[in-house]
Amino acid sequence: MWYFLMSDAFTFGAFLISYGTIRFSQNYWPNPNEVFNAFPGAGHANLPLAFVSLMTFILIMSSVTMVLAVHEGHHMNKKGVMKWLFWTIVGGFAFLACQAWEWTHLITGEHAVLANGKIELLGTTVTQNPWGTRLDATQASQALLNTPHDILVKLAGGHHHEMGHEQLAAMNDAQLRNMIDLTETHVTTAGPVAFGGYFFGITGFHGFHVFSGVCINIIMLIMTSNNVFEKRGHYLMIEKAGLYWHFVDLVWVFVFLCFYLI
Amino acid sequence: MEQHTHTSSEVTYHHEPAEGTKRIWKTFWLLLGITLVELALGFLMYLTHGSLGTGIVLFLKGVIVILSLAKAFYIVSIFMHLGDELRNMIMTIVVPLTLFIWFIGAFLWDGNSYRSKRNRYNPTTEQFAPTPSIEKRDSGIVPRL
Repeated sequence: MWYFLMSDAFTFGAFLISYGTIRFSQNYWPNPNEVFNAFPGAGHANLPLAFVSLMTFILIMSSVTMVLAVHEGHHMNKKGVMKWLFWTIVGGFAFLACQAWEWTHLITGEHAVLANGKIELLGTTVTQNPWGTRLDATQASQALLNTPHDILVKLAGGHHHEMGHEQLAAMNDAQLRNMIDLTETHVTTAGPVAFGGYFFGITGFHGFHVFSGVCINIIMLIMTSNNVFEKRGHYLMIEKAGLYWHFVDLVWVFVFLCFYLI
Repeated sequence: MEQHTHTSSEVTYHHEPAEGTKRIWKTFWLLLGITLVELALGFLMYLTHGSLGTGIVLFLKGVIVILSLAKAFYIVSIFMHLGDELRNMIMTIVVPLTLFIWFIGAFLWDGNSYRSKRNRYNPTTEQFAPTPSIEKRDSGIVPRL
């Protein structure tokens, strides 16, 4: 197990280092505090790093429950192993759910971006990145002049929730432009495209590890409840599954570091 | 061989974290504490946004990297019990990982050199502008993050 984990560490290391190389080769890179500032149920409140802190806490916590399961295994306590394995699995699912929400939020969250002289609404995907530098007021109002009707409707709707879509769509472009507050709507340039690819690629690969870890833990739980380890006389398999699970936590320490903190 | 009381040949070495769960919880609080300090530093960089010098920002990021390495050490040695293994076993894992020192250094250097070359490149003349003076090159090494 240790040698598999070492090889996996090199795989993750290579991914993260390649991300670092690309980031160092760019003159501009998005600030994580601005990209990751949302929290489920908090609307548009600016809460940088809050959600990812919760995810980190969940993963550290599930690492603790795993080590407690291994500990109970040493004492041949089947009930204790099952209890702590169960909580580890719950933690794993909680983390995956958080990641699913985060991805959805990034992909579907639309931001005003200057593209070909007009404003477009873009989400964060592997082919587009709305997290560029902010335009000043004159550049932004210039871009607004070339922006098509449907996007103006969406932008104006962002400020005026009291008005229905039909009501806004019926207005002409000049009226809509007057309704858009450029100090509130941040128009940016497009950011480096590689950002999305690396973020989704690496957190996705980590998420895949979490998912397989959860599957392994579920198998361990079923085997424990079927007295497999009791008959075998030791709980070494739990220890091996635990090594894998801690490794997943370990990788998160570095993913958290590279994408969210620095 | 007679000492082998276990039923499986897999068991060759006993790793018993003797003290019980106290050490596990201690490590948990330690990890949580380090994470909170990291977040505090992250917020500090966010709130002072741009008003800090690049040197200080780089220093804070360095502190965060070192704290993360400390977290990694505690997870591996306490949670994964690597600290309780045989010394030679530990070495077969840790020694190959030192390759990362070269790996990280070389590739970040590469990315940075690509950036500075591209910034000096003139596509119409297909020439590189001369290397900036020493002072400018120093600030060029600091990546704009």
